[in-house]
Amino acid sequence: MTNIFEYAPAPESRAIVDIKPSYGLFINGEFVDGNGTSFKTVNPATEEVLAEVAEATDADVDEAVKAARRAYTRVWSRMSGAERAKYLYRIARIIQERGRELAVLESIDNGKPIKESRDVDVPIVAAHFFYYAGWADKLKYSGYGETPLGVAGQVIPWNFPLLMLAWKIAPALACGNTVVLKPAETTPLTALLFAEICQQADLPPGVVNIVTGAGDTGRAIVSHPDVDKVAFTGSTEVGKAIARAVAGSDKKVTLELGGKAANIVFDDAPLDQAVEGIVNGIFFNQGHVCCAGSRLLVQESVADEVMDRLKRRMATLRVGDPLDKNTDVGAINSAEQLAKIRELSQVGEDEGAERWSAPCDLPANGYWFAPTVFTGVSQAHRIAREEIFGPVLSVLTFRTPSEAVEKANNTPFGLSAGVWTDKGSRILSMANRLRAGVVWANTFNKFDPTSPFGGYKESGYGREGGRHGLEAYLKGADA
Amino acid sequence: MSRIDVRKTYKLYIGGAFPRSESGRSYVVNDAKGKLLANAAQASRKDARDAVVAARAAFGGWSGRTAYNRAQVVYRIAEVLEGRREQFEAEIRASEGVSAAKAKTAVDAAVDRLVWYAGWADKITQVVGNANPVAGPYFNLSTPEPSGVIAVVAPRDPLLGLVSVVAPLIITGNTVVVIASEDHPLTAITLGEVMATSDLPGGVVNVLTGSQAEIAPWLASHMDVNGIDLTGVEDAELATELEVAAADNLKRVRRPSPGATDDWLAEPGLDRMTQFLETKTVWHPIGV
Repeated sequence: MTNIFEYAPAPESRAIVDIKPSYGLFINGEFVDGNGTSFKTVNPATEEVLAEVAEATDADVDEAVKAARRAYTRVWSRMSGAERAKYLYRIARIIQERGRELAVLESIDNGKPIKESRDVDVPIVAAHFFYYAGWADKLKYSGYGETPLGVAGQVIPWNFPLLMLAWKIAPALACGNTVVLKPAETTPLTALLFAEICQQADLPPGVVNIVTGAGDTGRAIVSHPDVDKVAFTGSTEVGKAIARAVAGSDKKVTLELGGKAANIVFDDAPLDQAVEGIVNGIFFNQGHVCCAGSRLLVQESVADEVMDRLKRRMATLRVGDPLDKNTDVGAINSAEQLAKIRELSQVGEDEGAERWSAPCDLPANGYWFAPTVFTGVSQAHRIAREEIFGPVLSVLTFRTPSEAVEKANNTPFGLSAGVWTDKGSRILSMANRLRAGVVWANTFNKFDPTSPFGGYKESGYGREGGRHGLEAYLKGADA
Repeated sequence: MSRIDVRKTYKLYIGGAFPRSESGRSYVVNDAKGKLLANAAQASRKDARDAVVAARAAFGGWSGRTAYNRAQVVYRIAEVLEGRREQFEAEIRASEGVSAAKAKTAVDAAVDRLVWYAGWADKITQVVGNANPVAGPYFNLSTPEPSGVIAVVAPRDPLLGLVSVVAPLIITGNTVVVIASEDHPLTAITLGEVMATSDLPGGVVNVLTGSQAEIAPWLASHMDVNGIDLTGVEDAELATELEVAAADNLKRVRRPSPGATDDWLAEPGLDRMTQFLETKTVWHPIGV
């Protein structure tokens, strides 16, 4: 297809961010060197090394937990909810004030398009702190009591680095807990900038501690005996390991894990809207979304038409520089993730599915994967069963609503699902029958601080967001 | 000459029927003084798996019933239990060696507990669900749904304890495979008879008797079980093993509370219901 519309580059300036050559750990309100080695974080769009970041050892994690415990006992659990709220409001305001800086840094370290970090991630981050700030002095109305748990150990993924931090830290602090949080090893920079924001807000030392590192650091947090609560977002495999590690302890756990969401399109759906929803469902954030609509279930009678429109739409997606304001699809977050996406896509071809990728020029450096769709996929194919976590859509067809439900629920996951139809009663019956924690009807990938998010089955347990999100950080009404 | 009484054979309760263990095994259940009460079926791994199949088959229908209808059925269990209270009092006295007054208190409380939970069926959604005022033109509603098939290790208390762990699960629409107290299994099977005659669909509650240590690990690692309640596991090491096994498919786990012995006479809170509920959030755009 010839490109009718040539776009001039519209890069967002990166001058607004000041990336230091190296970063330490944020423990007890200060940046410290730590006892371990360091690792590099790179810009996935260019492979440029951005900074050296300290790798926290067991001893460093222990220091962070001690600081969190001290802050909990001496300061944070004694402070009134109204005062805690003021700190959270301050943080929310600073996030808004420094929003541009956070968005640019997020796009540089993660590879996501600036229009997403600027218009989705950062605004929801600020909103999340505002929302939970308001709960801090109203917990007695929550239904979950008002007794905090103590020290929360939190481990978050690389797909929404700052947003996942907000989902973890805001409710924890509002409920009176203190935290030790580990950002993902490929995206530590916005969490470290958040540490600076905590300093600017004069948050008491030790209430928030940020320790960087990889799997070993995460394990040290999860298994630390003085951690009362573990919150994890990431892979189902690691989630299971965490569930095993905390067995027999008193630790409270919430896990937000993988998914393989069905996005179901009926023949009476408004097809142009549905196609936008399909594209948003799987190509938003390069498909690095646990609730991505990675399995398209389309009613047989409209399958050809939907595929034609979908391919036409995919051909207009602009893949490239994350800092360009026109970019729709950015860089794959790491070489490792790119290898996984390539491997599973190859398996898709080997197992007999038909592959089609949007025609687009990919930059020479960095990690890239063209938006891709597989047709002729059967339920037994690995690309229909396993989470690819990339811009790869598997298409299956169905004839009846029951068949759609059967296929949609035929997965160990249960995080999200989508339904597209003009018939109200069908929407409600599908919403009832789909075993998933979030059902988007005639929309997809919508998030809000007031709306609980989390899965059924092997997508984990517990909810983040909304009133329900408080339960994970309080002892309960009977305590 | 006095009449020779007709003794009861205690079997399992699976899928609405009362089969013997497929293993053909049974074990001796004694009264509080060590005298033979009866032989109970000693359930095997296969029986546990059959019970899970029955519970899974019953889940769609039971969870799909209206809350009002589930309330009617659980209230009916209370009615039928009340009508057979003398049999339960006699069984509790024999098994536990407690006084008539204590046995009566336990049956009273068990009936009342069923009535209490019956009333929750059409209220729990209103108490734990809510609308969410999202910042955009969307309808957004969060409601609770049952987790699925739940395995339960019942506590030692043979009737009240059992009712207190099973009722909160089925009232919300879960289906259950329960391992009865190893030492006091007989009332559990008699309760099965009550449930079988209370319009409770077969498979909603399945009762296994036998060795906790033998059966529980198969349920904990079963990939078609969605949650496990370890209330009756008194051995801390076994409880940890079961929790580790439960991680294979991320079952929702209710841990035993060591040291804190459950006071079954106290009014329960919501947590035995909410621990095995999922929250489903549905979005829809508001527009024309």
